[in-house]
Amino acid sequence: MLLGRTAASLFWMARYMERAENMARLIEVSYRISLMPKPFRAHQDDWSSALKSAHCEATFAGKYDTASQENVIQHLVLDRENPSSIRSSMETARNNGRAVRTALSRDVWESLNATWIELSTLRMNQLPSDKLPGFLDWIKQRSMLFRGAMLGTALRRDSFHFCQAGAFIERADNTARILDVKYHILLPRGAGPGSSIDRQQWASLLRSVSAHRAYRWAYRDASYQPWNVAEFLILNPAMPRSLLFCYDWISNNTLSEIEEEYGDGTLPCHETATETMNLLASANMEKIFQNGLHEFLSDFIDRNNRLTAEIATAYNFP
Amino acid sequence: MGDNFNEMLEADGSVRPPYALLHKWLETQTPGDLRAKIREAESIFRRLGITFAVYGTQEASERLIPFDIIPRIFAASEWRRLEAGIAQRVGALNAFIDDVYHRQEIVRAGKVPGDLILQNEAYLPQMAGHSPARNVYSHIIGTDIVRVGANDFYVLEDNCRTPSGVSYMLEDREAMMFLFPDLFAKHRVAPIEHYPELLRQTLDSVAPPQCEGEPTCVVLTPGIYNSAFFEHAFLADEMGVQLVTGDDLFVRDGWLYMRTTRSPVRVDVVYRRIDDDFLDPLTFNPNSTLGVPGIFDIYRAGRVTIVNAPGAGIADDKAVYSFMPDIVEFYTGEKPILNNVPTWRCSDSDSLAYVLEHLEELVVKEVHGSGGYGMLVGPTASKKEVATFRQILKKRPGNYIAQPTLALSSCPTFVKSGVAPRHVDLRPFALTGDRMRITPGGFTRVAMKQGSLVVNSSQGGGTKDTWVLED
Amino acid sequence: MKIHIRHATTYHYDNPGSHLVQRLYLTPLDTPSQSVLEWTIEAPGIENALRYVDAFGNVAHVTTPPIDLAEVTVVAAGTVRTTDTAGVAGYDLGSVPIQAYLASTPATEANAAITALAHGHGQLSGIEQLHSLSASVLDKVAYVIGATNEHTTAADAVRDGKGVCQDHAHVFISAARLLGVPARYVSGYMVVGENEFAEASHAWAEAYVASLGWVGFDVSNQVSPDERYVRVATGMDVSGATPAKGVRRGLSTGAETMDVEVLVERVAEQ
Repeated sequence: MLLGRTAASLFWMARYMERAENMARLIEVSYRISLMPKPFRAHQDDWSSALKSAHCEATFAGKYDTASQENVIQHLVLDRENPSSIRSSMETARNNGRAVRTALSRDVWESLNATWIELSTLRMNQLPSDKLPGFLDWIKQRSMLFRGAMLGTALRRDSFHFCQAGAFIERADNTARILDVKYHILLPRGAGPGSSIDRQQWASLLRSVSAHRAYRWAYRDASYQPWNVAEFLILNPAMPRSLLFCYDWISNNTLSEIEEEYGDGTLPCHETATETMNLLASANMEKIFQNGLHEFLSDFIDRNNRLTAEIATAYNFP
Repeated sequence: MGDNFNEMLEADGSVRPPYALLHKWLETQTPGDLRAKIREAESIFRRLGITFAVYGTQEASERLIPFDIIPRIFAASEWRRLEAGIAQRVGALNAFIDDVYHRQEIVRAGKVPGDLILQNEAYLPQMAGHSPARNVYSHIIGTDIVRVGANDFYVLEDNCRTPSGVSYMLEDREAMMFLFPDLFAKHRVAPIEHYPELLRQTLDSVAPPQCEGEPTCVVLTPGIYNSAFFEHAFLADEMGVQLVTGDDLFVRDGWLYMRTTRSPVRVDVVYRRIDDDFLDPLTFNPNSTLGVPGIFDIYRAGRVTIVNAPGAGIADDKAVYSFMPDIVEFYTGEKPILNNVPTWRCSDSDSLAYVLEHLEELVVKEVHGSGGYGMLVGPTASKKEVATFRQILKKRPGNYIAQPTLALSSCPTFVKSGVAPRHVDLRPFALTGDRMRITPGGFTRVAMKQGSLVVNSSQGGGTKDTWVLED
Repeated sequence: MKIHIRHATTYHYDNPGSHLVQRLYLTPLDTPSQSVLEWTIEAPGIENALRYVDAFGNVAHVTTPPIDLAEVTVVAAGTVRTTDTAGVAGYDLGSVPIQAYLASTPATEANAAITALAHGHGQLSGIEQLHSLSASVLDKVAYVIGATNEHTTAADAVRDGKGVCQDHAHVFISAARLLGVPARYVSGYMVVGENEFAEASHAWAEAYVASLGWVGFDVSNQVSPDERYVRVATGMDVSGATPAKGVRRGLSTGAETMDVEVLVERVAEQ
């Protein structure tokens, strides 16, 4: 038996862990780009696009004047006033986990708690730019440790599935946003396809969702075709960060498992998840581009948010 | 430390029998060895997230409670005497509370003044006439005991509302078993790990009459920002019951339910760690967001059991404490086995005069205080502190009681300079349901500062594992 | 006297959808001065309500109305036959010991003004003392509608010199307790006039006199309850005797307003 509040905490704990990891990857990529010589960077490819991808423009604007490297990193990594910063995300994840401590295995709790303990004492001056890559790598490691502990020790019951739902909804949201932001920056603008500028841009987009090498295995083209990149991240069923993969998992391996365990019948959230998955499964890139990629991704993000609200209602989240 | 009773060493330096093996072992350890063990213990605790938030500090962040790795040891015969005294006292306390909320026979008999009880902050008129399951009000009592001599024990106070410390007792034991398996092998220490099981049995045994089948019990916590949250979560987990906050519970159609991911589940027994005043905004403090609206009505109608009962605090009021010898005798017909500390009630003008004259020698406490706050320890206070307190006391004398300082016993403790004696007290836990179950030993608190008599964790005190040796 | 009562309370909620728990003290009982001929309560959720008798001897109903109602109406109605017992309610059957009614509560805590008021009557005793006290309270606190609300304490009312029956009762209770007289709050109804609707039910105080038991004092009207009065619930102060009280939990509860309509009229004997 699970309290509605426990299910909510598990959902958000997993969601914020995923957010922290995604944020680390995003910052890593932006950092890599900032190291490139100017001609290789698109004019909009500065730190403000990182803010946009992370959906942190509003919180940033209230506090800082310029989107300099220092300010953006500060805001996205350690700023307590940014609920999506790495520190805040880890803290929220940890607090949610602490509130439902008894629903977690000891390994899962310790991976969460140990990370938070180290992170909570970190100061900005302990993170000069040369230490940044190592730090971001450490965040990814800790997140993967959490995921590993979860997959390795959690009983496959409702509590586990609520975690999975949170993680995959966040992952889908993250992929959709990054693609939406980056795609427009990267539309060829005077630079011919296959140029070295072009390649760097696509490579960086794929890196920001850890899909850079996977792409090469899925598509044999030496240069990155925009069409393929978008297809890879939206429709490829084998790519664990694609929108289709996420929704297949949410629908068939997560919500359906909960429905089966409870036996309380189909609820709106099940229908929305299935509907979205079918939409993705039957989509093709030609139609998507015809109607507009941005429109497609916006619609998807709305559906994703709606699913979160429907899950909350269905399972009595507070 | 002078003449205080040292639990390990007699005055002539010989080792008291319960500590014989431990003393031998300590002689083989260097401070370095012990420090390494302490670090090991700290890392165990930190990984487990055992902390204790301290109110009023700048960062209400989490700090570990100091844990001392040298155990406190009682011989079986020493414990038996204590246990009998605790059982007698706990039985009397529940009988007293029952009497208070029914006929007040002890008042009619002239043993305790009526106004002390009926006009007491802790007395809840809403409880008058209510008879909870098995007539038990304080199912969990933590009695604070100090030792002054080999066979001289005094009860400092009875905690009848929401006593805490059990989780530290249990985690200390687990840590010790992990750190010193060899020492355990050499001694025969009475087990305490089954406390959660005993607590669960106690809760089950007081389920309301309409409960069918296995009772649904919950632990009601104020939430993660409460200083004892770890203990609430720990006990719920060990007992296999849900940990809930006020928002997880609700009253509907005359019963109490839990809000789950599926249909609501009826709740039969609530082990609450929320104070009376915050329990129910419909009956008590209307501003409370921690409690459950309507839970008291459901309780009063006998449809749910609340542990410990609302209004049980009437028994652990410090002014009522001063009548404990009479209370024990009135309900058991026996003289008390455990001593009460002589207590001056400052509400009485003669007592107040005495107290004001001897302020530097006495310990003065608030009648309704807890955690060692708002008190004066005369002998160790500065002249200024004493003067300030004198004024406070004169303004509201009815708020205070005074007691002589007791020469608390000391136990070997590992401190910066090595192993040295530090003052200790003991809080055993007694569970009352269908029967009484007292855990051997309990929670030993130690004042880490040399000479200090304040053992409360909220003021820098630490804990020790307590061993009761079996015969 | 035969009295017909209809007491309707309507709560309006801006944001329905939160969970409401209501406790109703709306059931008068038979006493030496009244006998209930018929009585009903209509309220959403009343069919499944918990009904029990509390420590003070009050009949309580605890209801949980369905969650989506934007408006919750509670109607208590019935007929009671009363007799004049010169305000003596007698020795009651509640469980709270008499001496407990000497305890102070937040609403009835005395300030310097109340203390002075009380000691002004220290020389008198018994019924005489209490009637005199009642007159002084009205003197100090003029009957003014709208100057106070349900949260006003006795100390506030005395300081501002204005109040309604609830405040009069609190001040009287506060002073009586200081004088060592157990006192309590009573909520109920009073016949005002033919076909006259009131905006609230009525409240007065009771004090314990050893030879008589509990005796009522209506400070606002300067009488002890006679056959025009119907007694419903008692408590240490208003919080324990409020006719209808609810607590909501859940998402933002929004604004809440309350309308009360009370009809208390004498009917002809058949």
